[in-house]
Parts: sequence; structure tokens; C-alpha cells
Amino acid sequence: MALPDIRQRSGYLFLIVAVGHIILISAQVNSRSGVPLLEALVFGAFAEVQRATAAVVGSARDTWDGYIALHTVHEDNLALAQRVSDLEVRLQRARALAGESENLRRLLALRDRSQMPTRSAEIIGTSATADFRTVTIDRGSSDGVRADMAVVSPSGAVGRVVMPSRHAAKVQLLVDRSASVAVMVERSRAQGIAMGSGENLLRLEYVSTSADIVKGDTVVTSGIDGIFPPGFVVGKIEEIERSGGTFRAIRVRPAVDFSGLEQVLVVLAPPTVVGPQVPAGGAERRE
Amino acid sequence: MTALKMLASIAAALVLQTTLARFLVRGSIGVDLVLVVVVYLSLRSGPTVGIVSGTVAGLAQDALTTGVVGIGGLGKTIVGYLAGTVGTVFIVAQPLPRFLVFFVGTIIEMTAITGFHALLDPGPHLVPVGAIVAQAFGNSLVGIVLFQLADALPRIAERSRTGRD
Repeated sequence: MALPDIRQRSGYLFLIVAVGHIILISAQVNSRSGVPLLEALVFGAFAEVQRATAAVVGSARDTWDGYIALHTVHEDNLALAQRVSDLEVRLQRARALAGESENLRRLLALRDRSQMPTRSAEIIGTSATADFRTVTIDRGSSDGVRADMAVVSPSGAVGRVVMPSRHAAKVQLLVDRSASVAVMVERSRAQGIAMGSGENLLRLEYVSTSADIVKGDTVVTSGIDGIFPPGFVVGKIEEIERSGGTFRAIRVRPAVDFSGLEQVLVVLAPPTVVGPQVPAGGAERRE
Repeated sequence: MTALKMLASIAAALVLQTTLARFLVRGSIGVDLVLVVVVYLSLRSGPTVGIVSGTVAGLAQDALTTGVVGIGGLGKTIVGYLAGTVGTVFIVAQPLPRFLVFFVGTIIEMTAITGFHALLDPGPHLVPVGAIVAQAFGNSLVGIVLFQLADALPRIAERSRTGRD
């Protein structure tokens, strides 16, 4: 039996046989991960081929998508921008509805809690000047709203009705420079009159020199002005200035954020006056 | 060289290696008769025979051990190819060049096998330099004797035939 005539190509034969040996060895040996070495080598090599192929395909696709297939991008962009605008409008509307719903829920809770005849109203306008702080509500005399009716919100006292029309009414806010409300300090029951200043602070006047008032005290309506029911929060004492034994100035931060008001309650029945008339004659109308 | 002779030589070397080689070992001196036969065949018949004989002999030897089949085969294939190439390129007819081929061939084969084991089993490996060199000497001596016997056998046979006549 003669050997095959491949002597001239012994180098190739050597390579083939050597590779065969390596494959044979690899098939019997496990890699560090426990996978047969041949499998690991084949998979490793194949994975590299796959990776290279994927890279080439990915580059080609990126080139196509990023440079060539852009003829519809402008139209898509316009359509998307329009859609974004529509969605933003919807979102704002949804937020507004959510806020409105929350306000109404709190208002309803207040009405149930106060056990007073009230009429909910929506604020539909504000005052024309900054000095006089009024708002317009969508309830008027046809809804039973009369002048000097108190207007409250879940946060506290808001103001009083000063000018009802048939289907709307003007409400003077507590911070109006001509507004005043009979109050007392909730902790010490010290009484006084909270007066508007045209700013976002109230002045507490007519307070006894012996009154026990400290910074941070809560001020509530006392009800003796015949307009506001007692117990509604007006604000907190923010600053106290003394001169000798008397109070020079007491400033109250209102509890109600007047700039964020949307819905209020109009107290249809005035409270029963149980004490003397307040010196300033309740809420004085100066408009 | 026929394939049958080649296979018979390898088989004989394997039989001798597995039965008699242990008697040739003294201390750390060992002899790999299979490798000696592979180098002999390669020097006689060239690189192709060296590759084939190295592969067959190495795989057979591996199959008789508990190690990874293929490592010894690859080592002997390399040696067979190199020895065959040397035999065709250079004149290797004197004892000293033959000794060198056996010696270097053994070094290459044992180094390759040690390297493959190190690759497959990473970690600290002690390279048995002394054993390698000793086996290289042993293989070379046996190889020279084999060549001398192979060269002398035809002459002895001729003389005995002449004497009878």
C-alpha cells in the first residue's frame, strides 16, 4: 500500500493535521466556565463574526436612517410638533380640571362641616386696581346673595359681599385697604379688628394692651361683627411691635392665598351677634 | 516506505514501549521508543511520512494513557514534520547529525507537550528540564543504535547469504 502522493504539499498537510489535533484536544477540554473548549472557541469565533456583522449592518442602517431616509422627517417632525402641542393643551386642561376638582372637594367638605346655609360660587373676575382688592363671583341676588354676606373658603375667611347684582357679586377681600373683620386670637381669646392694608398683610387693631399675643398665634373670626361666622381662620400673627406697654403694630399673614382663589362659599345666613359691635362698625364699605 | 511498514514499526515501538521501556529507565532517564521510531521514519522517508507517522503514533500513545487525546499526537506530528523536513533538506547520514536530530526532536516534543498542558490547565507548572534533557539523551542514543542496526542488518543478511553459498 503506497502512501498518498502528497509529499510536495507536506506543509499544508502539517497544518491540516495540526488543526485537527487542536480540534480534537479542544473537544475534550472544558474552559474555565465549564463549557467544552471547542464549543467555547467556536462560539467565541462565531460571536465575533456575528458582532462584526451586526456592527456593519448597524452602521449601514444608521447611515441609511440618518442620512438617506430623511425625506419624511420634516413631515414627521411637523406632525409630532402638532401632536405635542395638542397633548400639552390636553395636559394643561387635565391639570386644571384636577385642581378644580380638588378645590370643589374641599369646598364641599367645608360646607358640610360648617352646617351653615351657603352657596358655592366661582370667581369670575378680579378688581381693576391694585389698591382695592376685590373679586367678582358668579352668584348674585338671584341666588340669594346679599350685601355684607361673608365669603369663606376651605383655607379661611375670604371677605364679604359688597355689591351684588342679579347674577354676580363683588366681594371685598380681607386684604382690601378698606376691609376689616372682627377677630380674636385663638389661643388667648384676645379680641381685635383685622384691617386690610392693600398689601398681603393685615393689621390687627384695637387690641387691649394687656392682651396675650405672641408671634405665630392663629387669628380667627370672632363673629361679633355680624358678618363672619365665628371660628374661621383669618391668619397668623407674623410680627409684633411694642412701644412701652402698648402695641404699636401687629401684622397678620392671611391664611387664604387670595391670588389662587377659584371657588368660594357665600354664607347666606349672617351669624347671630353675641357681643358688642366692633368699634369700626364691622367691615366698612368704602368703594 | 509503505504504510504497512510504518504502521508495523509504530506498533512494535508501542509494544516495546509499554512492555520493555520501563526496564530501560534508570532514575530520571527515560526513553520514548515511539518518538524514536517517528524520528527514524521521518529521517528515512521525509516530512509526509513524518506527519502521518507522528499523528498515528501520537494518537495511539495518547489513547493508551488517561490524558487528553491529541496532545501527544500534535507533539509527535510537529517533530515528525520537522525531522522529515530536516532529513530532506540536509544530509543526515552520520551519527552526530542524527544524534542532534533525535536530541532536538525530543526537546521539541516534550516542550510542546508541557506547553499544551500549561495552556489547558493554567497555573504554576514545573518544567522538568532535567527529565527532558535526560530523555533527549536516551532517545538519541537509542535512535543512533536503531540507525546502526538498520544500516547493518542488510549487510549482515548479505554476508550470511554469501557464507551459505
